[in-house]
Amino acid sequence: MTAISPTDRAAVRATSIVAAEARARARLRRRHALVIGLRLAILIVSLALWELGAYYNIIDPFFFSSPSGIWEQIWSWVTEGTSQGPLWLQIYVTLEETFLGFAIGAVGGIAAGIILGRNKLLADVFSIYIKIANSVPRVVLGSVFIIALGLGMASKVALAVVMVFFVVFANAFQGVREADRAMIANAQILGASPYQITRTVIIPSAMSWILASLHVSFGFALVGAVVGEFLGAKQGMGLLISTAQGAFNANGVFAAMIILAVMALVVEFLITRFENYVVKWRPAPFNEQGT
Amino acid sequence: MQLQTMAAEKLSQAAPPADAAIAIDDVTLRFVTPDGHMMTAIRDFTMTVARGEFACVVGPTGCGKSTTLNLVTGLLRPTTGNVRVMGNPVTEISRDIGFVFQADALFPWRSVIDNVAAGPLYRGTPKAQAYDRARDWIARVGLARFEKHYPHQLSGGMRKRVALAQTFINQPKILLMDEPFSALDMQTRTAMQDELLDLWSELKSSVVFVTHDLEEAVALADKVYVLTAGPGTVKSVYRIDLPRPRVMADIRYDQKFIEIAKVIWNDLREEVQLGQSRGLQTGH
Repeated sequence: MTAISPTDRAAVRATSIVAAEARARARLRRRHALVIGLRLAILIVSLALWELGAYYNIIDPFFFSSPSGIWEQIWSWVTEGTSQGPLWLQIYVTLEETFLGFAIGAVGGIAAGIILGRNKLLADVFSIYIKIANSVPRVVLGSVFIIALGLGMASKVALAVVMVFFVVFANAFQGVREADRAMIANAQILGASPYQITRTVIIPSAMSWILASLHVSFGFALVGAVVGEFLGAKQGMGLLISTAQGAFNANGVFAAMIILAVMALVVEFLITRFENYVVKWRPAPFNEQGT
Repeated sequence: MQLQTMAAEKLSQAAPPADAAIAIDDVTLRFVTPDGHMMTAIRDFTMTVARGEFACVVGPTGCGKSTTLNLVTGLLRPTTGNVRVMGNPVTEISRDIGFVFQADALFPWRSVIDNVAAGPLYRGTPKAQAYDRARDWIARVGLARFEKHYPHQLSGGMRKRVALAQTFINQPKILLMDEPFSALDMQTRTAMQDELLDLWSELKSSVVFVTHDLEEAVALADKVYVLTAGPGTVKSVYRIDLPRPRVMADIRYDQKFIEIAKVIWNDLREEVQLGQSRGLQTGH
């Protein structure tokens, strides 16, 4: 047995900490790789089963399509264009309707939520009407909009606005109501006017509620635009689907569905980036799993 | 017993003089609860704080301690009686008032410096000047290295320092504090009490400090108000004649301090017991 001097002991401890950290990092990396690997495996296996099922006619490709059929359809749309013009134009039209509807609905919802959230009387008076309007299946309004606004862009935008407005409104309203009382009193005593309180306390504290609703409601805006196109349009992804449906072209329906899903995912990613930028004051999650 | 009462002199209550910083004169506050019952929060409440005086309010839970502070800010109006601040009746939130809350009332989306500059900015001070003053106050509470941090990145004690700087930057003539240090651990609390006394002796504000901690009250105050179990009214007032400057870490071992605390505790004890037995009955 030899005595270890304190400096030796410190050095030993330091190296063992470094080693432990390296092990922990390697473990995290391995786990990450495992998650990615399993995800890919599930994708490949399910696509392969689908393809084989269609090939051996266990799944009827006429109704349920097949991965290769969907891919061929997308490829022909990309290279040769669709029956109603180039694919990019269809995507662009649908995205434009979605974004316009999303923007108008979100801004309107936020504004209405803040005004009603800050004014008890208005909130008490209007709450019943908002409940009623919210209980109407809003997609039905699409028919009204087509009749009133025609086959052009306006009817789709209007439907998307209606889809988005109520979700954003409900969240903004709730966010305003949940703003911390002590924080408002603090601002008041520090000298804030009611307008300054709204701008510097109410809106920032409702922001996480509002952003949460933006995630959901972009999907709703897309549904609004596509359903609007279903009901009657000259351009757009919804029309593409409805044409494919009319021609019993399952490949076309699935292909359009996948393109819409990709569009939604890209925008969802952008919204997340925006959210992280806006609420960078929030504590970072301690340990993010996956992704 | 004679000696002890001399250290903590019991004062008789008189109508407040006209030039007092805070004068609450025979105030009763009732309000209607959401289910339609009349509640008396405080009754026949009289309290005077002279300019530059440090007053503490102690009392059992739920006796209306915080209510007294809200009367001074004007967030609550008395049902009867009147409240004057710096000689004027309270009509709106006075610019002379600063308030330190029990809960964390910092704005979590603002960095330390933006939090501290909030008061001057709200009051229309030009941006550059507001930030200069904020920087100065952050340095005074010892957080110069943390200007750009967000509140969630700071410890509880550091957040309280930010809250003090945020309040003091407006140079309040009246400082109201609602159990500001109750959530802190013992050591941090002692440090914050010293910090507070330092800032107070520089600024010469008149302070009302609400606490449930009798020792904290005796250590800080010139004058201690003991309230009865709710509906609260003033049971007795003591003048604390401990010399200043006081050092919080040492004062609790001071013989005179212990005697004063004992005398006031004898007075407070029955109210606390009353308050607790009532609380058990009503389930609050």
